[in-house]
Formats: sequence, C-alpha cells, structure tokens
Amino acid sequence: MLAAILYAIPFLMQGLLTTIVVSLLVVVLSTAIGGLMGIGLVYGPAPVRWLVRGFSDIVRGIPILVLIFFIYYGLPIAGLNLQPFSAAVLALTVFKSAQVIENVRGAIGSIPRGQMDAGKAVGLTFAQRLAYVIAPQAIRRFLPPWINGVTDAVKGSALVSLLGVTDLMHAMQQVIGRTYNALPLYVLGAIIYFVINYGLSALSRMLERRFSYIRE
Amino acid sequence: MSVLDPSSGTPLLRIRGLEKAYGQVTVLRGVDLDVAKGEVVTVIGPSGGGKTTLLRCVNFLETYDKGSIRIDGEEVGYQDGPRRAMRSERDLARMRAETGMVFQMFNLFPHLTAAENVMLGLVKVRRKPKAEARAIAEHWLRRVGLAEKLDRLPSELSGGQQQRVGIARAVAMDPKILLLDEITSALDPELVGEVLDVVLQLASEGMTMLVVTHEIGFARDVSNRVVFMADGLIAAAGPPRELFGGAIEVERLRAFLSRFGARV
Repeated sequence: MLAAILYAIPFLMQGLLTTIVVSLLVVVLSTAIGGLMGIGLVYGPAPVRWLVRGFSDIVRGIPILVLIFFIYYGLPIAGLNLQPFSAAVLALTVFKSAQVIENVRGAIGSIPRGQMDAGKAVGLTFAQRLAYVIAPQAIRRFLPPWINGVTDAVKGSALVSLLGVTDLMHAMQQVIGRTYNALPLYVLGAIIYFVINYGLSALSRMLERRFSYIRE
Repeated sequence: MSVLDPSSGTPLLRIRGLEKAYGQVTVLRGVDLDVAKGEVVTVIGPSGGGKTTLLRCVNFLETYDKGSIRIDGEEVGYQDGPRRAMRSERDLARMRAETGMVFQMFNLFPHLTAAENVMLGLVKVRRKPKAEARAIAEHWLRRVGLAEKLDRLPSELSGGQQQRVGIARAVAMDPKILLLDEITSALDPELVGEVLDVVLQLASEGMTMLVVTHEIGFARDVSNRVVFMADGLIAAAGPPRELFGGAIEVERLRAFLSRFGARV
C-alpha cells in the first residue's frame, strides 16, 4: 500500500495545485463579493436588501452540485459558454458568497446599535464607522463561521472534477484508472484534504484568540 | 424667564416646532427650545415623554418630521432651502463633530483603550497627528480623573470610569454643545457622584450643555434653566429655583416632582 501511495504522489501534485488555486480563487472572490453584499443587506436601502436577501435564499436553497451543472450545462443555452475551470470557480463562488453574506449579517448584527450611534456622535462618516468601529468588532464573530466556509470550499472544490477539471480528486481517479488500486489512493487523498483543512482549523483557533480582546 | 428667552442675542441652539413620530406613535409634538452659549439646560420629565428623542434629534441620530433645529444658525440634518433634503453623509459627519454626546449605556468602543476611544475622533475627524491626539486624550482623561487608566480597555473599567471616558471622548472634540443623555441611569448609586462631579466642573467652565437626567438634585445644582417635558411637549420651564420651588403651577410637574420628594 505504501508503495502504491509513493507511486501516486507525483501524479497528484498537479491536481493538488489546481485544488489550491480553485479554493483560493473562490475564497478571495466570495469574501469580496459576499462582504459587499452582506453590508448591503445590513445597511442598504430596501431594494438592495431585497435583492441580496433573494439571492442568498435562492442560492442557499440549491445543492452545490445542481448549481455547478446549471452554470456549466445550463448557461450555454442562454448563450454563455464557460470553460470547465471558469464554470466551476463561478459556481463555487456564487455558492460561497451566499454563505459569506450570512456570516457578515450575523457578525454585524451581534454589535450593539449604540456603537454606530457613538461613531456618528464623534463625527465619523459611514465608511469610517465601518472601518474603525464596526469591522474590528465584527471580525471576531465573522472569522469562525467564515473559516468553516473556507474548509467547505476546499472540500467542495472536489466537485470540479465532475466537469473534468484535473484537481486533486480527478488526479486520484486518473491514477486509479491506471493501477486499478483504489484504496491507497483514496486514503492518500483523504489525508491530503484532512491536512489542509486541519491546518485551516488550527489557523482559525489562532485567529480567534488573536481577536479575543473583547470580553463579554 | 420664558422658554424662548436666552438672555443674549441669537441662541447657539434653536429648536422650533419640532415634531417626530415613530409610525403611529407621536413622540415630539412641537417643541420650542433655545440654549444660549454657555448655558446649561436640563430636561426632566416622565419616561416616554420625548426627552431622549429630543436630544438624539439635536445630534441627528434621529431624523425629525417637522420643525427646525439650528446650531449656530445651521440647520441640523437637512439642507437649507425650501426642499427638505437630507444633508450628505460627509456634511452630517461634519455637523455631528460639532456636538458632543454622552450616552446612557456609555457606548465606548470596546476594542480600543480609554485613550484610543478619545483619540479616534481627533485623528480621523479632526485629522490631528497621533502624538497631538494622544496629548489631548491624556489631558482630558486626567481632567476626569483617569490619568492611571489611559491604556485600559473599557472592559477593565468600572461603570463610572467608563462614563468618564465617554465624557472625555465627547469634550476632547471641543464641541459647541454637549448633549448628555441620562448619563448616570446605568450606574450603581455609589458611582453616580464621580460622574456628576465631572459635569459640574465642565458647567462651571462655561461648557454649553443640554442635559437629560432623572437626577433632580443634580438638575437643580447644574442648570441655568430646567425644562419639564411630558407627552412630547414642554409643559413647564424656568430657572431651577422657580420650577422646583413651586412658583410654576403645572399639575403634571407637581405630580412628577412629588414622586421624587424633590421640592426644594
């Protein structure tokens, strides 16, 4: 079994790199997009709130696999042809953005109203209140569910193999296709995914301690 | 002395016909009030009478429906002119920086130390260099008796100490008028004195103040004028001696004061 694992490792590296790139892209894009939409949901005018609420509810109500197939196989009918890689990243980003919206809403909602009042009273503009009063307090509530979401993104990225993108999962299946020896490969794959996600969890706990300056 | 009688010239704060409703509930029904520069005006009255809402309107933490609030002749919250349009975010921030506010629940920034709480507005709004802002913060925190607590987080301070930081944060911005919203209501009784002492000190130095309080004795000691608000209207007003001395015969006021046993 060890021999089979050692044989497979070089073949998996390219796939692992794709998995990491997909995960990174999804996390960065969805945090930016979901963050802005989340702020819109909390502070925006009514039409913006309705749009964001609708987007979030619909996306979170659809299985991620359906979303991926819809974007890859469905959108071409509407004239939008995406490469498998782009389609996979887009689908995962849409899915994850909806989660980030809720993370942001929850984090900001946990801050007492008086904080915004105090920021106004001092003469801070809306952007300054967000940056210097709300965000530093919200970050602590935002991080744990957000990092959970990051590990979800890494795990969820395995679904891009269904579109033929050679990520870690797909690379594993290719090796299995050559060696007909499935178990060592799945053990190895599980270990790699676990190491990545366990590292992220450890990072999460470290960040939580770092931002634990607010005692309640 | 009438409600509208500031002894000298144009008042610093001029409120006319102020009306405010939350949906079906009318909170302010046409309030007229002037505060002259250097004057301390205290608003007393039963809960739900509109005191806090009045104060929050002056800082535009609440919008108002009708009437006018002017500070130094400038309309609060809305653009001058016939069309009632809200001021820009930038403009609102600029005007709010001219009024200091101290809150019932302190509302200190929990992630910042006492000194940083005071410095935030100085650095981000007044654009002062960090070192200068720090010096101003130290000055005011020393003035409120917290020289030893500069680098403590709010969670490490007592309620009375937190509220004194709140006062320092407001006055450090050098506001034209200081708004105090029931600043001792959330404090343990033994901590009330240390906070009120600071306010008395500021009053004696000529700080213009509009104070909402339930501390009748404090209202008597600190005020040039006391305003009694009930049901969204000013029901009585006058110098503390007259208002508390029985010279002003208003049934609601008499009933309110008798609950405090506070005839002076």
